[in-house]
Amino acid sequence: MSNSVILKVEHLKKYFPIKAGVFRKIVGWVKAVDDVSFEVLEGETLGIVGESGCGKSTLGMTILRLYEPTAGRVVFAGKEISRLSSSALRPIRKDMQMIFQDPFGSLNPRMRIGSIIEEGMSVHGLYSSTERKEKVRELLEKVGLSADYVNRYPHEFSGGQRQRIGIARAMALSPRLIIADEAVSSLDVSIRSQILNLMKELKREYSFTYLFISHDLAVVRQICDRVLVMYLGRIVEIADKKVIFSRPLHPYTVALISAVPVPDPDYVVDRVILHGDVPSPIHPPSGCYFAPRCPVAERCRKDEPPLVEVENGHWVACHLPGSLSLKRENGDKKC
Amino acid sequence: MTQPQHENMLEVKDIKVYFYDDEGRELKAVDGVSFSVRRGETIALVGESGCGKSVTSMALLQLVDSRGKIVGGKVIFEGQDLLLLPEAKMRTVRGKDIAVIFQEPASALNPVYTIGEQIIEAIILHQKLSFRQAREVAREMLRLVGIPEPEKRLNEYPHELSGGMKQRAMIAMALSCRPKLLIADEPTTSLDVTIQAQILELIRELQKKLGMSVILITHDLGIVADMSQRVVVMYAGKVVEEADRTEIFKNPLHPYTIGLLRSIPRLDREQTKLETIPGVVPDPSSFPVGCRFRGRCLYESPTCCEVPPPTLVGNNHLVNCHHWQEVRQGKETARF
Repeated sequence: MSNSVILKVEHLKKYFPIKAGVFRKIVGWVKAVDDVSFEVLEGETLGIVGESGCGKSTLGMTILRLYEPTAGRVVFAGKEISRLSSSALRPIRKDMQMIFQDPFGSLNPRMRIGSIIEEGMSVHGLYSSTERKEKVRELLEKVGLSADYVNRYPHEFSGGQRQRIGIARAMALSPRLIIADEAVSSLDVSIRSQILNLMKELKREYSFTYLFISHDLAVVRQICDRVLVMYLGRIVEIADKKVIFSRPLHPYTVALISAVPVPDPDYVVDRVILHGDVPSPIHPPSGCYFAPRCPVAERCRKDEPPLVEVENGHWVACHLPGSLSLKRENGDKKC
Repeated sequence: MTQPQHENMLEVKDIKVYFYDDEGRELKAVDGVSFSVRRGETIALVGESGCGKSVTSMALLQLVDSRGKIVGGKVIFEGQDLLLLPEAKMRTVRGKDIAVIFQEPASALNPVYTIGEQIIEAIILHQKLSFRQAREVAREMLRLVGIPEPEKRLNEYPHELSGGMKQRAMIAMALSCRPKLLIADEPTTSLDVTIQAQILELIRELQKKLGMSVILITHDLGIVADMSQRVVVMYAGKVVEEADRTEIFKNPLHPYTIGLLRSIPRLDREQTKLETIPGVVPDPSSFPVGCRFRGRCLYESPTCCEVPPPTLVGNNHLVNCHHWQEVRQGKETARF
């Protein structure tokens, strides 16, 4: 892994207006992504985790400018892309690709697999027509499908196979950054591990940078190098994977990790049961957004905790970091 | 299978549910499933999508899609066969003796009635109570499942509640008639992990308080390890293995169970490469003859074209595989 920064997100905000009444007057804002800053290094896999509604998908879409940012900057490969015109953005788009969650909704049912994978290359005017056809066959084999499938339609494939096609499409333009939004969440256990292995292998071979958006912490642990935890549109913690799973400092991260059931009857964890629901991002609580559900909150309802680096590469937004710790009886196993 | 009869609250024997597609083909979605549930215990039905776990559990209540049919088997609940009951009798069992909570609370609740109306309806239907008394019970149930301000929530519509609250409301409704058996069909799949932890904790607590049995249907082996005492693993419409919880996780003997356990990404360890089960789950229209795991199994041999006999291999441990002895020896000598 090199140390150059490929993606830099600075104070990024994405607010959606809430409109009401006959004249669709704006009556409020959903703060889906609220002042988020982080960096991604070339060649690393950064996991973005959080529960539904925490803004992780919106963050991915805003980085790609599939949503226009409300405020803030996105710098990709040294170039600020958050304000580029769409024509200036187009050549950069081929370096940033996306793998979607729903393998059924994300492939056009009227297009053949070959055309789906080829489309990006022809849009960007890459290669000659025959080279493109050759490339498509190569890509299909790379993702573990037969090259003879080029003329088939998406409905002829299972969920896992479709996700492989989605991966081939994302790889077709040799992107530098791939944003995978819940890419394995809809797959069954035995298929999910196949796709995860494929993504790992391809990364080793082509040294992609992944932004891996997921709600599944166990999956994130297997594929990511660093992990970013979001809650209600804000970053609560960023750290190396090893650190986040052994010594999480934010009470929300602790609760999140302790809540995941582990398929081992001997695994005993001091489960932190949070009370109540995630508050609405329309009327977020004052101070720390997590304070109303936090088991250790004190003055937190008044002041908003800034995201600070507490040790090398470990960032936490909490007034009382480490006051709730992850307690496991037989600790972490090496495998 | 060896425990004395009277301990079993429910015995499912060789139940078969077949579906018929547009071309009239027979799809054997559930093909000879047997298991039993003891009083007060939680049994987990585990498997991937399409393995027939939900169809099995709904068939217990004679609830099968119009294209499907229960073609055989027995469901002995407290001494009587539920499959022989006429619809009118069946209605007194559903919701009263056996209650269900579904995966998607949003679609299981009626959007045009308030939460209160729906719970009160269930209570009045099964118990001789006045509206006022039923409302009292409903409020008590909402309080029991941890919904804040139950009085106010009774008058709210499902869309006014969050996903976790809707699931709580559904649990309140299911438990309002104090069922003896609760069927929980992926009760937390659509919920976030912190909310899932709340709901699982709640089910566990209420089970202790009310002494009911639970059939937990899930694809998440983490939840199984957490919640159940016995585990039934299903694959392609059949039971492949059944054992006590510790036995299933520590000493699995069916190659599918082993593969499933090995392919889960684990939160408690780092795996450089995840193990996989080759191939995909077969389509119900083309299940292999004999052992249905054939074609994906490392132990496959010509004998696998025969249906594997259920074999009792240890204390309460049942496995349907021709090669279980080899699997056991293989595990002793080398890694699978």
